[in-house]
Amino acid sequence: MAKIVGCVTTSHVPAIGRAIAKGLQQEQYWKPFFDGFAPVHRWLEKTQPDVAVIVYNDHGLNFFLDKMPTFAIGAAPEYVSADEGWNIPTVAPFKGDPALSWHVIESVIAEDFDLTTCQEMVVDHAVCNPMALLWPGGGDWPVRVVPVEINTVQYPLPSAARCFKLGEAIGRAIASYPEDLRVVVIGTGGLSHQLDGERAGFINKEFDRRFMASLTEDPAWVTKYSTLELVERCGTQGIELLLWLTARATLGSVRELAANYHVPISNTAAGMMLLEPAG
Amino acid sequence: MTTTKQPIWGTTIFDGDQARKGYALNKMCMSFNDAANRAEFVRDEDAYCARYGLNPAQREAIRHRDVLELIAAGGNVYYLAKFAGIFGLDVQDIGAQQTGVSKAEFQARLLAEGR
Repeated sequence: MAKIVGCVTTSHVPAIGRAIAKGLQQEQYWKPFFDGFAPVHRWLEKTQPDVAVIVYNDHGLNFFLDKMPTFAIGAAPEYVSADEGWNIPTVAPFKGDPALSWHVIESVIAEDFDLTTCQEMVVDHAVCNPMALLWPGGGDWPVRVVPVEINTVQYPLPSAARCFKLGEAIGRAIASYPEDLRVVVIGTGGLSHQLDGERAGFINKEFDRRFMASLTEDPAWVTKYSTLELVERCGTQGIELLLWLTARATLGSVRELAANYHVPISNTAAGMMLLEPAG
Repeated sequence: MTTTKQPIWGTTIFDGDQARKGYALNKMCMSFNDAANRAEFVRDEDAYCARYGLNPAQREAIRHRDVLELIAAGGNVYYLAKFAGIFGLDVQDIGAQQTGVSKAEFQARLLAEGR
């Protein structure tokens, strides 16, 4: 049977891709962020996952306002990156796992979640940057991917409570997959930041730290907030914590193996966590 | 029904009202994912805006390269970032513009958050 070996959550802002492309990882500005991934690299080397299920939000590459799914899942044999308007170098294509994708689709829709299924999907920096952070160096990716996309662009967004339940359902779907696969679930985005409006540059360290602690101790804690209450606390882009939450909810109780929190990268409070199933 | 019942200072929630108002503007900005379209916009901005049917407020906001004005005209920051990309501007440039400070001051403010 398939098994979730762990969950990794990380920020994904475009500036990370620029820093990687320019080789700035050890510059003073970037070092505290990139160095946080050393324990993740050791853990991935040890656990050798076969597949990454990656929960992210599209920023206007695959989806536009003409058709905006609340929840979407890739079921493609391959996913490529593409120009998002600012000439970030594209990365090597990602191999998909359509059989696992369809198993998750069958299982999660049977639990009354309405997923949009995508047999073609281009993936943006919210997939590419986390992948490059986890498996640096470029070249062929050592895992197949199943992208799960959640709308954080156009309101109303799904509630934190709904995202948590979706994550639980994805967790059950993976656990019921008959093939012996080792799966890492990745949640990307966050933490607190806001790009738009007079409130641009907003960061809330206290809330971020409380949220990170909750993922280990009390993962449903943040579901008590409405979407707008979350925007107020963590900014219009900080709402990407929904993706961390969904990824985290695929696991039951966990232990924290590593965590990093650094302010700022670009306009963002950057967070990273590595969680493993407890027991 | 809109979702903007509890206003958050300095924040426009991109709800159905905004999505309807800004559709043409955001659609044009979405087209800037393609380098050929970015070049076409630069070559003939008026014709490009006309092709997407921008209303006068959107056309003026594009002319002014003013992010707050673009948001007021229905723009969404994810698509507007592609417009900013044409001029080599990143999210710190547009953060500085929206908060009325220089980029250096905006960056210093963020660095101060980290201390």
